[in-house]
Amino acid sequence: MFGRLRQKIVDGLRKTRDAIAGQVERIASAGRPVDDALLDELEEALLSADLGPELAAELRDRLGQRLRGEAVGGPDQVLGVLREEILALLPPRVPETRPTAPPRVTLVVGVNGSGKTTTAGKLAALWGREGRKVVVAAADTFRAAAVEQMAIWAERSGAEVVRSQPGADPAAVAFDAARAARARHADELLVDTAGRLHNKKPLMDELAKIARVIAKEIPGAPHETLLVLDGTTGRNAVIQAREFTRVAPVSGLVLTKLDGTARGGVAVAIGRELGIPVRYVGVGEAADDLLLFEAEEYVAGLLAPPGTKGE
Amino acid sequence: MDAALREIRLALLEADVSFKVVRDFLARVREKALGADVIQSLTPGQQVIRVVRDELVGLLGGGAATRPLAISSRPPSVYMLCGLQGSGKTTTIGKLGRWLKKSGRHPLVAPVDLQRPAAVLQAVQVARGAGLAVYEHDGTGSPVERAREAVRHARQKGFDVVLLDTAGRLHVDEELMDELAALRAAVEPAEILYVADAMTGQDAVRSAEAFKARVPLTGVILTKLDGDARGGAALSVAAITGVPVRFAGIGEKPEAIEVFDPERMAGRILGMGDVLGLIEKAEEAFDAESARKLEQSLKKRQFGLEQFRDTLRQVRKMGPLESVIGMIPGVRLPADAQVDPRRVVRMEAIVDSMTAGERRDHRVINGSRRKRIARGSGTSVQEVNQLLKQYLEMRKLFQQMGPSPSKGQLRRLLGR
Repeated sequence: MFGRLRQKIVDGLRKTRDAIAGQVERIASAGRPVDDALLDELEEALLSADLGPELAAELRDRLGQRLRGEAVGGPDQVLGVLREEILALLPPRVPETRPTAPPRVTLVVGVNGSGKTTTAGKLAALWGREGRKVVVAAADTFRAAAVEQMAIWAERSGAEVVRSQPGADPAAVAFDAARAARARHADELLVDTAGRLHNKKPLMDELAKIARVIAKEIPGAPHETLLVLDGTTGRNAVIQAREFTRVAPVSGLVLTKLDGTARGGVAVAIGRELGIPVRYVGVGEAADDLLLFEAEEYVAGLLAPPGTKGE
Repeated sequence: MDAALREIRLALLEADVSFKVVRDFLARVREKALGADVIQSLTPGQQVIRVVRDELVGLLGGGAATRPLAISSRPPSVYMLCGLQGSGKTTTIGKLGRWLKKSGRHPLVAPVDLQRPAAVLQAVQVARGAGLAVYEHDGTGSPVERAREAVRHARQKGFDVVLLDTAGRLHVDEELMDELAALRAAVEPAEILYVADAMTGQDAVRSAEAFKARVPLTGVILTKLDGDARGGAALSVAAITGVPVRFAGIGEKPEAIEVFDPERMAGRILGMGDVLGLIEKAEEAFDAESARKLEQSLKKRQFGLEQFRDTLRQVRKMGPLESVIGMIPGVRLPADAQVDPRRVVRMEAIVDSMTAGERRDHRVINGSRRKRIARGSGTSVQEVNQLLKQYLEMRKLFQQMGPSPSKGQLRRLLGR
């Protein structure tokens, strides 16, 4: 039985001709010798999923080591080797941090347009469904109507919103929310922040300040800092992860927009370099379109042949 | 040449240029660089650089003058912006509207994203922030109907442009793609602009192609170029769809938009630290004679203060120092940074004030000589000390690394 993550990824993949598996099927016909020409073509197939030139070259070498000198046993053999190698690259699952006493604080960060507010809205809904009491800090006081967007999401899931005027100090909003979360014995405090490009120092300093201020009110917080990455982003996502990690204790990634044809392969490169695991995957605009990341499912989806029926 | 092409391949892939585009591009460069139109005066390295640059600029739509935005024979002209979620459509609408207003047009912002929570409100606030009129409504109804109303409203009130802010949609969402086609049929836009995030990876081509298959795109607006993504998506989209990039978003402020510049983009894609440009400039500035002298002295492990001064002169000849430093990979100047060219002149003056013996062997330069040199060059003893320190560091680097100046050398040379 397919899990929902795999289904969603496969659904998107079905609509593109250059899914990895489709290319492998064309390239790795049974009996073809494993030589440079074949490996070159496989490397290109890997590039199409945003794994990046470095990782693609590395996987090419691994494939070469494991298969060279033989004739290809067929696409399934190559896909099987790839599956093992990519899985080995993903960092191990780390259990989520839970504080000894509630509230648990989750800080949501990322560049503009990656899907932070939507992700925060879905998280509030997810925890609401689990019967947890959620307070949301609408700390994106910069973008037009971001507070209203967050408030609508919170209202739908029955979470309480702490908000302020547009242009207010986001750290102050986060601080107020931390107080409110404690006073109301909330289980979860979710802090939505403004999108910021990682090369803008004042904005990154502001983020560090938000994290500091929360820690002052709730020791040990933020317990989780989720970096939201647009799944269609290419190499720049690695730099984003590096830079956000410098100013906030990023503990997990959320990979959004994977219901399209993008594969988010850059997350593999990030996991490899920084050891940050993917926690959730966004696959749509509905409240329940946020899925827990499962490495096996993800890789299976990544390597599913085109035409596979997801559902 | 193979080594150069390998480097270029890597640079393009790191910049997120589609692997297919990279493949075709390199094949073409190889062919042209080996072709008959070889210019005698260029070294093989220069040949490749020239061909790569020309090809990149060509693909990005260079040469041809940027076409102004089309105007419908019957006003208002509708400009429809579309794209994936989070690409920056609404922010861009504010900037584009302001830009149009500045050039004497009367734009009306028409939000038709009835999908995302608070999207209409966002458009209203963005429009107000940019001083633009906006067609307000409560966010109910159908996007097609709202778009029609906005156009009618514009016609009645004398607006000559309607900026249609559509909902973000995935190209695989058939229902929403149908809606986009219906919007187009209903209001017949003069321009359909695809808003693309400059950070997009290999998927850029897939999504742009899918949008183009449903509505006839007339241009691309590349956003978030104020980030540090190299923006290879621009090249992929332009090369595969043939739709030219028209504007670039370069910040969050309402005025942060500019007409797209293919030449600058070509440089950026090849590496913000435009390695090729640096090589090119260096090759221009270092005339053959002094390069030969420098090489000889390096071979003999001699790097005297005279060579140091020559190097300073060469660097100064390479153009405004900001632009030279800006081309060094990994070195980024703050926006307001200015490298004082007078500083390099002062450094040269210090060396000029030394005796031939001092230039040959810096070890003889004691305290009283330093004072004399400072007086002679109109500088201070501290500056003389600093120069000697820089010289020694540079000498060490040259001895370690050989003749081609590296970023570290230039950086140290300029005291950064």
